[in-house]
Amino acid sequence: MTSVIGAPNATETRIITKRLRDRPEDSWTLDGFTQSGGYESLRAALKLDPEAIGAEQVAAAGLRGRGGAGFPTGTKWSFLPKGSYPRYLVVNGDEGEPSTFKDRMLIENDPHQLIEGIAIASYAIGCNLAFIYVRGEFALGFERLEAARRDAHAAGFLGTNILGSGFDLDIVIHRAAGAYICGEETALLSSLEGDRGMPRIRPPFPAVAGLYAKPTIVNNVETLSTVPHIMRMGAAEYAKLGVNKSTGTRIFSLSGHVNRPGNYEVELGITFRDLIESPELGGGVRNGGKVKFFIPGGASSQWLTGSDEHLDAPLDMDYVQQTFGVMLGSGAVMVYDETTNPALVAWRLAKFFAHESCGKCTPCREGTGWIEKVLYRISHGYGRPQDLDLLLDVGDNISPGLNAPFSQTTICPLGPSAVSPVVSLHKFFREEVIAMCQNNDRVLHVTASDSGTSDLGAG
Amino acid sequence: MAFTAENLLLANEIVARYPKTKSAILPLAHLAQDQDGYLTQDAMREIAGMIGVTPAEVLGTCSFYTMFKRDEVGRLVVSVCTNVTCLVMGGPEVLEHLEQRYASDKEVTIEEVECLAACGNAPAMQVNYEFHESLTPGSATEIIEAYKSGELTARGVSGGVAGGGQG
Repeated sequence: MTSVIGAPNATETRIITKRLRDRPEDSWTLDGFTQSGGYESLRAALKLDPEAIGAEQVAAAGLRGRGGAGFPTGTKWSFLPKGSYPRYLVVNGDEGEPSTFKDRMLIENDPHQLIEGIAIASYAIGCNLAFIYVRGEFALGFERLEAARRDAHAAGFLGTNILGSGFDLDIVIHRAAGAYICGEETALLSSLEGDRGMPRIRPPFPAVAGLYAKPTIVNNVETLSTVPHIMRMGAAEYAKLGVNKSTGTRIFSLSGHVNRPGNYEVELGITFRDLIESPELGGGVRNGGKVKFFIPGGASSQWLTGSDEHLDAPLDMDYVQQTFGVMLGSGAVMVYDETTNPALVAWRLAKFFAHESCGKCTPCREGTGWIEKVLYRISHGYGRPQDLDLLLDVGDNISPGLNAPFSQTTICPLGPSAVSPVVSLHKFFREEVIAMCQNNDRVLHVTASDSGTSDLGAG
Repeated sequence: MAFTAENLLLANEIVARYPKTKSAILPLAHLAQDQDGYLTQDAMREIAGMIGVTPAEVLGTCSFYTMFKRDEVGRLVVSVCTNVTCLVMGGPEVLEHLEQRYASDKEVTIEEVECLAACGNAPAMQVNYEFHESLTPGSATEIIEAYKSGELTARGVSGGVAGGGQG
């Protein structure tokens, strides 16, 4: 850990971003990959007992999912029922959590690293057909993945009898088509089967009955991109990085009012202040300003503020969850300076969730729309002083108790995610929001048929 | 229109990749849209026939996804992000400028979209799914004009052969 309060000096610890930073000219090509150690971890893994990889490498390294939930990857793999085949590995590359942009970078700039991780994971779990579900809008990413798959196949890293091991693997790269909800793993599987991308009730969990009702593991792009490095470094060495049960490094997508927005791979355990202020990372708030608030783990997380207590919190998945009820989630950190109207940010988040609600569960389908309409009214100068409490009441119907981690009246967490900005406004900006709503002589009636946002085009 | 001979070969190869053919709906719809510029009724019928489901099932799936355009769109589809990072970095201003500038230009369709995963260089947009970042209203206009003149081109999204539509 390199944190000194008051003098942030943290730097990147580049493991999965090392190649794409060191050789930006050819990091995505087979030559660039193999010349920098690529596919050596696969070669080594294929000599090991497959089951030992999950337990003795991935689980021992403490690797947790990098998509949002932070579930231990090795444990997830161990849930596959014994003797049940075929089984599938599905890669979640449907990156759409607002302000997250790490998987796109990994897909575009180091696709072979992902393929190597897929091949090792597939060997470990006994899968011969893997799918990469890649976000539809990633045209360049898709092209690079397809090229990488073809080149890896031609070079014997995919296909039949890989490197003489007797292990076979094919990969299908599947284009999504613009639906945030498909980043939720059961919705992703529905979409991959050719249906509308709607979440399914669990159990059964995908590990038991997933794609085509077969045992299926769904892992995030960054998670699988890390696997070759755990093999290369050894689990014990990897687990030395990080803090507590948040081992290793993670890529944080830093955006908003900072001087140096971008993706930074850092050792877990540095603080939010390090990430936002260190000269080699975020470089501080623009124009010498101060943090008013920040969203620490993607749009679904509750917010934190510019207080010392929040800024000096370590990037530790469990610590921030237990202490503040927020999550590191997808690793997106959005920073807002003191010029920002928090109600406007909350409204735009609610608009996003209302648009992306799949419509399957009533509390989410109806509730997200109402939250968006009332937040529009507040943030655009038509609010009433009682509106914030009205929003909490709506939110309580989607996420009873308004706590984090969520309770939910819905199948998936999208609906409760739309409640996060409401609770955050209430916790940190209640007075500001109510002041915004005082003495408004303008009246904007919010009705189901006539949305307050009708002048804003498609939502 | 129906798949061209070249795209039909690719379409059949795509269907064969999947253990169950219905999985091919999305990639085939992308292929058809790349070829025709939007997802036509005829294309959805042809896809249904290829994978053994009804046209209504293909429509039922495709209507869920915002990338599939079921009405004619301009040759250039410009997707401007206004989500929470672009919101505070000038995305809405880019959108408003482009909507006014191209209001009567049939070649250009401007749409507001959700987060494009380009927040490090906000505000961002895509032109036929090619990324353009760190935009101002002026630079966004210049980029669109470069596509109009043919100086810039897009690769398409399906890996297939583009026709007279987007591309």
